[in-house]
Amino acid sequence: MKKTKRLHAALTLLLLAIVAAILYAIEGNASSYVLRIARLCAINMVLALSMNLINGFTGLFSLGHAGFMAIGAYTTALLTIPAAKKQVLFMIQPLVSPLDKLTLPFGVTLIIGGLLAAGLAFLIGLPVLRLRGDYLAIATMGFSEIIRVLITNMQGVTNGAQGLKSIPGSANIWWCYGVALVVILFIALLTSSSYGTALKAIREDQIAAESMGVSLYFHKMLAFMLSAFIAAVGGGLLASYNGTIGPDMFRVAQTYNVLMIVVMGGMGSITGSIAGAFIVTIGQEYLRVLDGPINLGFWSTDGISGMRMVVFSAILLLIIVFFRNGLFGTKELSWSAIGRRLRKMSGHGEVKG
Amino acid sequence: MMRAVLEVNQATMQFGGLIAVNNLSMTIGNNEIVALIGPNGAGKTTAFNMITGVYRPTSGMISLNAQNITGLKPNRIAEKGIARTFQNIRLFTQLTVAENVDLAQHVRLKSNWVAATLRSPRYRREMKAVHERTDELLKYMGLTDLKGELAGSLPYGKQRKLEIARALATQPSLLLLDEPAAGMNPSEADELKELICGIRDRFNIAILLIEHHMDVVMGISDRIYVLNYGTLIASGTAREIQNNEAVISAYLGVNDDDA
Repeated sequence: MKKTKRLHAALTLLLLAIVAAILYAIEGNASSYVLRIARLCAINMVLALSMNLINGFTGLFSLGHAGFMAIGAYTTALLTIPAAKKQVLFMIQPLVSPLDKLTLPFGVTLIIGGLLAAGLAFLIGLPVLRLRGDYLAIATMGFSEIIRVLITNMQGVTNGAQGLKSIPGSANIWWCYGVALVVILFIALLTSSSYGTALKAIREDQIAAESMGVSLYFHKMLAFMLSAFIAAVGGGLLASYNGTIGPDMFRVAQTYNVLMIVVMGGMGSITGSIAGAFIVTIGQEYLRVLDGPINLGFWSTDGISGMRMVVFSAILLLIIVFFRNGLFGTKELSWSAIGRRLRKMSGHGEVKG
Repeated sequence: MMRAVLEVNQATMQFGGLIAVNNLSMTIGNNEIVALIGPNGAGKTTAFNMITGVYRPTSGMISLNAQNITGLKPNRIAEKGIARTFQNIRLFTQLTVAENVDLAQHVRLKSNWVAATLRSPRYRREMKAVHERTDELLKYMGLTDLKGELAGSLPYGKQRKLEIARALATQPSLLLLDEPAAGMNPSEADELKELICGIRDRFNIAILLIEHHMDVVMGISDRIYVLNYGTLIASGTAREIQNNEAVISAYLGVNDDDA
């Protein structure tokens, strides 16, 4: 028992070392295009995990992600753009003080954005967490839109529809994967703790959970605020990654983009979200050839933009049809699961591990 | 008079024009097994839901160990010491058998979520005790071998047992069982009778059960309350209830000629 535990820890460290080596190699050698995709994978991982916490583990269908991301993105942007650049950016209406002079280190801005989003999630959660299912989805989606409309109209703070440009690109590959690693660890530890069991129990049966002494209000609020915090951190990374942000980036479509990763990977599976983030991010880039000219011999086209999304949607549909619970379901790909599979394949009958 | 664990004092539950439970008063003493019976729709489960906080009584008072619990939320009432099972089993089907029982002890956990996530020494200590208690309860219920299975994959009878184990894990002073013998054959019902008496003796708790299986009710109940159309029509020992005119007519109907 202890021996296998130590083996698994060693394997995890080995895996981390391999990932770090790959990242190092990519950073030094790969084109900036590949590097960008690699960073986006990590950012999407963070976003997917945060959504998985509330939708997958706690079973609350929340669609407010874009709003929380926007808060993180704007916080990071406003607090990292140099003061001189801000003056140029805010042409219509000058930026309110003290934001116009203030700049903070990137990491600090991520945390501030997270705290702001968590605070807002608390306020939103007070009324809407009483709702269930579709009603909760619609209410959270509405709040996300309200945030976007506010951002569009708060000219003096957000620069309105003009958006923000020249955000320093601090989110290099180490930042992206570093944050992703911390988020993965945090969610893994939280969901495997007693509090995580309580979240899953709420997902399974609210009435039974409440009768066993689980406070629905506290646990739902906890998951909702943590999810908002992580979503805002992801949003901050995205802002720095993109360099420019605007209100239109945070439409409901952004939420669906993350939801797609979560559903594809499996609601309630951490490894599912990780795999989903890679598949969706890389897939969307890889299928870009479909947007260009196609010549199939009997049929040719000069390129239809959006063709890749059609194909991508079809693939997603197939996944939903054949793997109704996503690629991983609620299961995790763990060392013991791999061990079991290997033993099974090598014919050592012993299945219990 | 022995110490009263539960006291229901003229509790009424009204849904619009329908009075589901009317002026119900009942007392359950320490270490007592009490049955609540009555024809379908008599208001038994509504009474359970009032006691456990799922419904807030329209009027009346409910107290547990001399403490007023009327109108508290279900989780607060569970914390105070009432645990229940459900008529149609409500397990956490996608969690393992052990996790189901662990979860019921979550409310007793003193570590907060940060300490739990960071696995503080105190949290580890607490969880060790939780796992030990889970093992003990599962052993008592004969479910040890199924510890790692998903609760939803268990056969019906085992699911009922797991539900009782889960309820016991909250460390209640009163256990409410909603039709524990439903769907059981006579030999299983006999086994259940022994189990319920055993639980009372071992955990030193009071038990209130709703049951249609008269063999079970008459065999183990110290006292019986009978509800009909939301109103208490009789209470007493098994023998008294069996010979009670009002009870017989509620169950079998009244012959109009005689009435």
